[in-house]
Amino acid sequence: MAADGELLSDSRSSLPTERLGVWLRSLWASRAGRRFFANRAGVFSGLYIIILLAIAALAPVVAPYSFETQNIDRLLQGPSAEHWFGTDALGRDVLSRVIYGARMSMAVGLLTALVSLVIGGVYGAISGWLGGWVDSLMMRLVDILDSIPSLVLLILVGVVFTAYQPFDNPELRALVGILLALSVVGWVSLARLVRGQVLQVREMQFVESAHAIGAAGSRILIRHIAPNILGPVVVMLTYQVPANILFESFLSFVGLGLQPPYASWGVLANDGWRAKSDPHLIFFPGAALFVTMLAFNFFGDGLRDALDPKVAKSR
Amino acid sequence: MSGKGLYILKRLLGAVITLAVIATLTFALLRILPGGPFDTEKALPDEVKANIEARYGLDRPLLEQYLNFMSGLVRGDLGESYKYVGRSVADIISEALPVSMELGLMSLLLAYIVGIPLGVFAAARHNSAFDTGAMLIAVSGVALPSFMVGPLLISLFSFGIPFAFLQGSLPPALWESPAHYILPVVTLGLRPAAILARMTRGAVLESIHQDYVRTARAKGVSERVVLFKHVLRNSLIPILSISGPLVAGLLSGSFIIEIIFAIPGIGKHLVQSVTNRDYPLILALTLVFSMMLVIANLVVDLLYGFVDPRVRPEKSGSGG
Repeated sequence: MAADGELLSDSRSSLPTERLGVWLRSLWASRAGRRFFANRAGVFSGLYIIILLAIAALAPVVAPYSFETQNIDRLLQGPSAEHWFGTDALGRDVLSRVIYGARMSMAVGLLTALVSLVIGGVYGAISGWLGGWVDSLMMRLVDILDSIPSLVLLILVGVVFTAYQPFDNPELRALVGILLALSVVGWVSLARLVRGQVLQVREMQFVESAHAIGAAGSRILIRHIAPNILGPVVVMLTYQVPANILFESFLSFVGLGLQPPYASWGVLANDGWRAKSDPHLIFFPGAALFVTMLAFNFFGDGLRDALDPKVAKSR
Repeated sequence: MSGKGLYILKRLLGAVITLAVIATLTFALLRILPGGPFDTEKALPDEVKANIEARYGLDRPLLEQYLNFMSGLVRGDLGESYKYVGRSVADIISEALPVSMELGLMSLLLAYIVGIPLGVFAAARHNSAFDTGAMLIAVSGVALPSFMVGPLLISLFSFGIPFAFLQGSLPPALWESPAHYILPVVTLGLRPAAILARMTRGAVLESIHQDYVRTARAKGVSERVVLFKHVLRNSLIPILSISGPLVAGLLSGSFIIEIIFAIPGIGKHLVQSVTNRDYPLILALTLVFSMMLVIANLVVDLLYGFVDPRVRPEKSGSGG
């Protein structure tokens, strides 16, 4: 829920902030909010995610060195007071590279979830709302995309998107390429979910009443249906973020994603794997990835149990 | 023809159409890419390049290339690799695929043997220390990236291990003897085992409080039989529904594992063929991987009816 609050606080006029305050207070008091805050693992994971986001955003300030500064006197050293996570084969500080890597990994994870949400949400809503043969046709396409294993699709589409884009900066190019490729893979499950939810909700009585008083279709979708399907969608997004981060690191690990000297956790793991005899090079980026995956999973579990008490009871 | 036969026929027809669309999409995707497979760092003389392209039919109009490719597919001819000169794609795949499938099957076996009992016992002792411990392990297994587990296992067994008798006992890489299989199979099987354990636990918890379980217990059926016959049988549907993608993913091997452990499987070819722009190989590999997923999902849908006779296959949907 905290993520939602942040999104809203970006639009800073007095009225929305006031509304945000009311909304946050009502969230705190709501049963879902209370249930979430009672889940310690979920709350701690949420805190960890917020801190990680802050570190990623402030990487140049927080990191002790730059991600490409070399210290030629200290190649491939283990952890020390000077270099907490040690140095790599080119004498770069691993801690700083892990921090810069967090930047790339988090950017990929969050932005992809956002793009997938927009594409999948619109697609699914249209499909579920219109129904009939349009729906069958649209879902047929989703089925086909789903029949290509995601890693294969990711590799194929990633190559195309990296080739075609207006940016010259190599870091930006790789980021945009991966982001778009991941979105092509990610929107499918969101479209399925949103369609299913819309199909369910649109038969409900309050939708019928909205029809009866003459509300337009788009208004019903946005004002009446969207708020009612938000829960499962937010939960699915939370689970997609770590999946995206993992996919990015896979791609970078095999050399089809981000390229050195830029740092993402996958690039760092690849560096470490090449160095073979220095496990600390692979341990620290791997551990960062591991803890982040855990945090998003626990956060997602917390959200799911809070928003869907039926499921929570059986667990 | 019986309803079931008709259903299978319909699904197979759907699968063929799906694969044809995938072939077309992949073909189009590759031709959109700027540059061709024979653009090298050092520019070839124009005549040489033209000759090479003519040999592989790349000088023909796009539509003709496409029709040739599709008719080749129908005849089962996957063409010739651009990079492995003189080798047919079918040849390359038939050499690498069995290796990947072997790796995948063993990991799958490991995942089911470890994951399902772990989930059942965790659910049976709900909220006990065993439950918490098992689920911590399972959650960690899902979150541990394979490219970290693999290399760490390798370095552990090659030189990092503190017990002298274990050191060097497991050859870390290559694919020559059964001892070579252990580390990659464990690395690859860890994640699906963890997913299965969590899934099984959830499903068992759903069914463990049903009336028929209480009846079985009241009849004096032993706890083990109650768990594995009455409860597990009724928890199989959710386990089945994730098995499709799981099986397909494992059978096609994981290219990360294959690269880390230097296993001559099909995953390595996928990465290389994309880097090399080896069009026929990319196309064939995409189709092989997709076919596995489609078949795995079909089998899972058929198994639904077998596991739970109340589910009629016609109504079970496409089983994503």
